[in-house]
Amino acid sequence: MSVQTEGVTVALPADGLVAVVKQDCPTCRLVEPVLAALPQVAVFSQDDPAFPADVADRRDDTALDASLALDIDTVPTLIRFAGGVEVERTVGWLQTAWAALTGIEGLGADLPDYRPGCGSRTHDPDVAEELLVRTRGGTLTSRRLEIAALEDEHEAMYDRGYSDGLPVVAPTPARVLRMLDGTSRAPSDVVAVIPPNLVEATVEKVAINAVMAGCKPEYLPVVLAAVEAACTNEFNAHGLLATTWGAGPAIVVNGPVAAEIGMNAKGNALGQGNRANSTIGRALQLVIRNVGGGRPGEVDRAALGHPGKIGFCFAEDEEGSPWEPLAETYGVAPGRSAVTVFAAEGPRGVTDQISRTPESLARSFALGLRAVGHPKLVIGFDATLVVCPEHARVFAQAGWDRARLMAELDALLLLDRREIERGAGGIEEGVPVSDSDRPLPKFRPGGLQIVHAGGGAGMFSAAIGGWAGGPGGSQPVTREVDPWR
Amino acid sequence: MAVTTTSFEILDPTDERAPDSRVALERPESLDGLRVGLLDISKTRGDVFLDRLEELLSERGIAVRRYAKPTFTKPMPPDLRREITTHCDVVIEALAD
Repeated sequence: MSVQTEGVTVALPADGLVAVVKQDCPTCRLVEPVLAALPQVAVFSQDDPAFPADVADRRDDTALDASLALDIDTVPTLIRFAGGVEVERTVGWLQTAWAALTGIEGLGADLPDYRPGCGSRTHDPDVAEELLVRTRGGTLTSRRLEIAALEDEHEAMYDRGYSDGLPVVAPTPARVLRMLDGTSRAPSDVVAVIPPNLVEATVEKVAINAVMAGCKPEYLPVVLAAVEAACTNEFNAHGLLATTWGAGPAIVVNGPVAAEIGMNAKGNALGQGNRANSTIGRALQLVIRNVGGGRPGEVDRAALGHPGKIGFCFAEDEEGSPWEPLAETYGVAPGRSAVTVFAAEGPRGVTDQISRTPESLARSFALGLRAVGHPKLVIGFDATLVVCPEHARVFAQAGWDRARLMAELDALLLLDRREIERGAGGIEEGVPVSDSDRPLPKFRPGGLQIVHAGGGAGMFSAAIGGWAGGPGGSQPVTREVDPWR
Repeated sequence: MAVTTTSFEILDPTDERAPDSRVALERPESLDGLRVGLLDISKTRGDVFLDRLEELLSERGIAVRRYAKPTFTKPMPPDLRREITTHCDVVIEALAD
């Protein structure tokens, strides 16, 4: 009889006893005379091939192939085979269990009744990585590249063009396999077709780039959902990449997953210092760069770009919000985790430390939002308003829900044509001159979204300009996270 | 893992359209209009060989830039490599032995 693991075949007796031990384990040493006294037993030793010394059929399992094939968690493990099939096993030393399994009454009766075993060497940290790759490396299909002995691994990543300018974590098979533990999806599952080169990205390719970005495995479902959302026709990642405008993809995370993976929705939510915030957005951008082939100076034609194009991701502060989560406004059921991707420039602060009425504060927001793109241009650009807690409190106390604030902003952002026409204010830029007196809305319907985030102190919200909105540009896209867990 | 003494593997993060190893540039048909560098790796008499090459190239109206590694026993300093790639289209290296 033989059992196969990763191309290695382990010979086992079809009938009879098999034990797996290691010399380092006191219980294994305790049962050494018992094993030696058994009339027939094949003993696999995980560490010392000379142990147990008095056993006739002693087998070297320092490579751990038999231990893996037998799925050993604890040593000693004693197994009985009959007709090529395992029929019984016991772990550790329990005199009655060993006697029952072997059918030898009084076996080891001079030993203590019971001693627990030790952890199998297959679980030792020093071999865990190598075993992980040996047992599951075959599930990975990406091309393997050699980093030579004299290459600095970080320099090698740069030299090969894999970096966004910051160091990346080398995606070794072991790291990628650990990343893949973050999802139940198969490595070969296709996540999306990635622009600009329209390449199918598998879960494995996304996991590789998530490793490089610095993600932890539990972030992977969020990254996968973000990749799925960004590669929709509605979001139009290709256009957003190719435009000379400087916006890039941003991600806002809603639902329980944000807290589960330790995302920051509070102080400095849009800034640095939180691993999940910083690496999830980066992973999306690395997927577009490495899998999709979207690189600055090539298809990325941004005149300026902005620092958040390295990665821009934050969680909505739902706990302190007077409003329903953003994802709910896009139709996701309450309590579900979701990502919303949207086109984003860098955030620009909107200060108002005086207003205590919602009417006054809404006017400040409207002025701040009016500057998106250009104060004299309308409809072209979408925007996201991030309302900080001290501002949100003003609306909460006045009973303004999100829809009310949105409606008030829409009204405040109906602009007088005469003020924004070309030439008005001595500025050539502006909307074309027309006879119409109809005021013009700053944003298209659905072109403004409101998110709640930030620290408890500071009456500073933020306007995040977007890009060309609507079907001809980019629309925010929401996708649930759970299908990618 | 920052300093390794053995090679290790990574998984390709790209669409795998590009070859996994670099290929040498095609040899130019002629040196006309190209910037030529002469690199001495600092082995004995490399300079003699390169002096003669410089003479021959100058006769053909081709100006050269001269470079030398500090020592043949170690890899080229990155700054020198960068300088050469910035200033030259082709390089002739004198291995001397």
